[in-house]
Amino acid sequence: MSEFKVKIGLECHCQITSLKTKLFCKCPADYRGKPPNTNVCPTCLGLPGTLPYLNMKAVEEAIKVALALNCKINKRMIFYRKNYFYPDLSKNFQISQYDYPLAVDGWVTIDVDGKDKIIRIKRVHLEEDPGRLVYRGGIDSSPYTLVDYNRMGVTLIEVVTEPDMEAPMEAKIFLQELRSILEHLGVSDGSLEGSMRCDANISIEGGSRVEIKNISSFKEVEKALSYEIIRQRSLLKRGAKVRRETRHWDEVRKITVALRAKEEEMDYRYFPEPDLVPIYLTDEMIERIRKHMPELPAVRKVRLVKQYGLTEYEARVLTSDKQLADFFEKLVSLHGKPKVDCSVVINELLRLLNEKNLEVRDLKFTPLEVSELLTMVDLGAISWKSAKYVLRRMVESGEHPKKIVELEGIRRISSVEEIERYVDIILNRYRDDVEAAIRDSKAIHRLVGEVLKETKMLADPKLTFEVVSKRIENLRRERQTSTSK
Amino acid sequence: MVKISHLTAKQIASLVLAGSLSPLDVVERYLERIKKLNPTINAFINVAEEHAKRTAEELEKALKKGFRGKLAGVPIAIKDIISTKGIETTCASKILKGYVPPYDATVIKRLKAEGAIIIGKTNMDEFAMGSSTELSAYGPTRNPWNLERVAGGSSGGSAAAVAARMAPASLGSDTGGSIRCPAAFCNIVGLKPTYGTVSRYGLISYACSLEQIGPMTIDVEDCALLMDIISGRDGFDSTLIDYKFKWDPGSVKGLKIAVPREFFGEGTDERVADLVWKVIKLLESNGAVYEEVSMPLARYALACYYIIAMSEASSNLARYDGVRYGLPCNLSLPWHEAFSEVRSKGFGMEVERRIILGCFALSAGYYGRYYLKALKIRTMIRDNVLSLFRKFDVIATPTTPFPPFKIGEKIGDPLSLYMADVDTVVANLTGVPAISVPAGFVDGLPVGAQFMANYCREDILLTIAKCVQDETKFNVYLPREAAI
Repeated sequence: MSEFKVKIGLECHCQITSLKTKLFCKCPADYRGKPPNTNVCPTCLGLPGTLPYLNMKAVEEAIKVALALNCKINKRMIFYRKNYFYPDLSKNFQISQYDYPLAVDGWVTIDVDGKDKIIRIKRVHLEEDPGRLVYRGGIDSSPYTLVDYNRMGVTLIEVVTEPDMEAPMEAKIFLQELRSILEHLGVSDGSLEGSMRCDANISIEGGSRVEIKNISSFKEVEKALSYEIIRQRSLLKRGAKVRRETRHWDEVRKITVALRAKEEEMDYRYFPEPDLVPIYLTDEMIERIRKHMPELPAVRKVRLVKQYGLTEYEARVLTSDKQLADFFEKLVSLHGKPKVDCSVVINELLRLLNEKNLEVRDLKFTPLEVSELLTMVDLGAISWKSAKYVLRRMVESGEHPKKIVELEGIRRISSVEEIERYVDIILNRYRDDVEAAIRDSKAIHRLVGEVLKETKMLADPKLTFEVVSKRIENLRRERQTSTSK
Repeated sequence: MVKISHLTAKQIASLVLAGSLSPLDVVERYLERIKKLNPTINAFINVAEEHAKRTAEELEKALKKGFRGKLAGVPIAIKDIISTKGIETTCASKILKGYVPPYDATVIKRLKAEGAIIIGKTNMDEFAMGSSTELSAYGPTRNPWNLERVAGGSSGGSAAAVAARMAPASLGSDTGGSIRCPAAFCNIVGLKPTYGTVSRYGLISYACSLEQIGPMTIDVEDCALLMDIISGRDGFDSTLIDYKFKWDPGSVKGLKIAVPREFFGEGTDERVADLVWKVIKLLESNGAVYEEVSMPLARYALACYYIIAMSEASSNLARYDGVRYGLPCNLSLPWHEAFSEVRSKGFGMEVERRIILGCFALSAGYYGRYYLKALKIRTMIRDNVLSLFRKFDVIATPTTPFPPFKIGEKIGDPLSLYMADVDTVVANLTGVPAISVPAGFVDGLPVGAQFMANYCREDILLTIAKCVQDETKFNVYLPREAAI
């Protein structure tokens, strides 16, 4: 695998989902689930005569991101027009940034196999999202295309990295880290469909740079890059050239297809947007935002180790997903056993989520229910093994743990009276074994086993052993008394 | 009975508010005049008869309930580039045929709030690209002073409507002189306000960094009244500055006037230059002082203006693809072809020319040579003009280098047509305010004098214009057609 060196750079488009309104008008930014073309006004429809009016809140949110990515913020920021024709673009140009973007020259640390690696950030800028094309059936087979402008004008922040990643896995880790940062900042909810999209640049030593466009989710990035490496390697091995081109990731067929060669690259005719004046950011404004920054994943990781005595590894896994870390901390606050709680979250919960391809936010229960489940284990009401089973059922059905325990009879019989009733039955049923046990204490285990079987394994084994032992001991004493008479 | 059609906007409003005129009477009187005169003059593309009558009736009820608007019952003609809710707005282009905006431009909202009545949409050069109102998809507007001549452009319809008293006032837009040139050609007052003082929301963009909406009126007082109403910030145009229009008519005594000789020399009709000089002397006799100066960079202004305007236009007009409104595109074609087809059908020759030249100027490899260079020259011209304003209050020039020319005379030669803007573009490139006031007549054809002032000094311009108006009374002269 290591015969050719790979270089990967990413361009990530993230919707700022924390905003109430769009980037250049006062339409609600929450367009999801709305009937087509209802979340629109003359401005986002690009009707003749309309103008963009900058939402300063969007700039503030973007500054947070730039600061979290250790970027230099440009005090003078300019919007540009990127001119191209596409039916989902209401003005046939997109307001974006080009020269003088919001921020440049940052970095993020990611963890690759336990080692820190720095990924440099080239730039962070703001732009408007286009609308959406809706096809009937597939893009190839649809007899017509419908356009939904509800999304038009929603605020996007674009994060561009340097080509510092050397494997698809690293790209995936970077994207997880970026998502976790955005979520910790509270600016973007990565779980919303299409809220994070990505273009990837990839080059293999000896070949040209290829851009893969339209990767709709972070999960697909690793797949697209892996495919592309195999494709490019086999070209190079055969002595063929990798062309400099733009390719499209076909999610259905899981392959990349050529879109256009770089030679015929579009001329976007960038020029400064005359309808927006340059934006001047003051030190005071930036400092005010810096002071109010929430805790970021890297800082949280250190705190988790210190506060709860977790290992580096555990803290890293938890902070790679804000929801997971939040879940853990809430659970600890309720249940109070950090090591156990961490193990439950990382080893049990996360494994179940991965197995079922779910995310923490998909869970239909809260840390409170998990703490109740663990309390049942603590009190001896159920076994640890049963608890694991209940957790699985909780993930599947969202049912309350107590209800699952009750409905499925997963209860531990731990009352002495109840166990005694079962012991009576068994001692009556297996007289020979009782005799054997009286003679030899080792034979008690067989009776205990029968009691457990009788209770369908619900009886507390330790308690059952104690009860049976006591009864055999009593019988033995009775015999001795009678023989000595 | 007063002759309603000879009243100014201010006079109409005061009579309406006093109860001596009913808004419906006013509207009907103007509609009658439009019916009579418009077929020859062609100032209106679309007369909003139903809308105007309905609004007048509503206004009458509001007046009874105590409504007091500064423009109560005043019919206003609107250049067809300014969006009016419910009234077709086409920019005199076939590509926008049938387009009815679902919203009002900010200036329209403000006029309506003061009781003004939109009486119709006026003719113009398609998408405001032109200097004579000959390039309209609806045919040329004729100059009320001489029907063989152009009314000036691109707001020719708005100017002719006021000159022929088919409306007491109108709004135009000025990208390179489009308010001032037709105002001069039609003997009315036209103001291009400081860039960023009047919201462009609803003004259909041609070249956004240059254009402003402005008033076109019979006299200076109406010009001030309209400016007061339409200016000021809104939540839709990010380029607006903090500005409160204020004008107390004062004296021109002590005002310093710069007279740049480049604007009076070669290429300028001597008779026009003489009339403007007369106006300057008249101001001098009222206590102003003048000095001849030089603006060496002025000769680059026209080229600089056209490169910037065309570049911005190429981007602004990209949205006309027939998909969402206006002329429908052929949905059975692949979309690039459908776009091309609808544009070929919908855009006139001059619009196509400017889009293509603008695309070229912005394209990779030429951007630095043309667009960027134009921006640099623009900065130099601004520095030149601002340095004059450190010493002078106003700059005086002719509004146009020649009087109204014949329809068809320059149409085949775009470069000579572009020369009509040679005196006016400096104000657009720099963003300073400029006014055109009637300066007299050459062979019975109106000529205008232009004054520019520093940013937000519309008050000085109006004071100067008022002095010229009071001394000459040129504004009460009416074309024969309208004198009836």
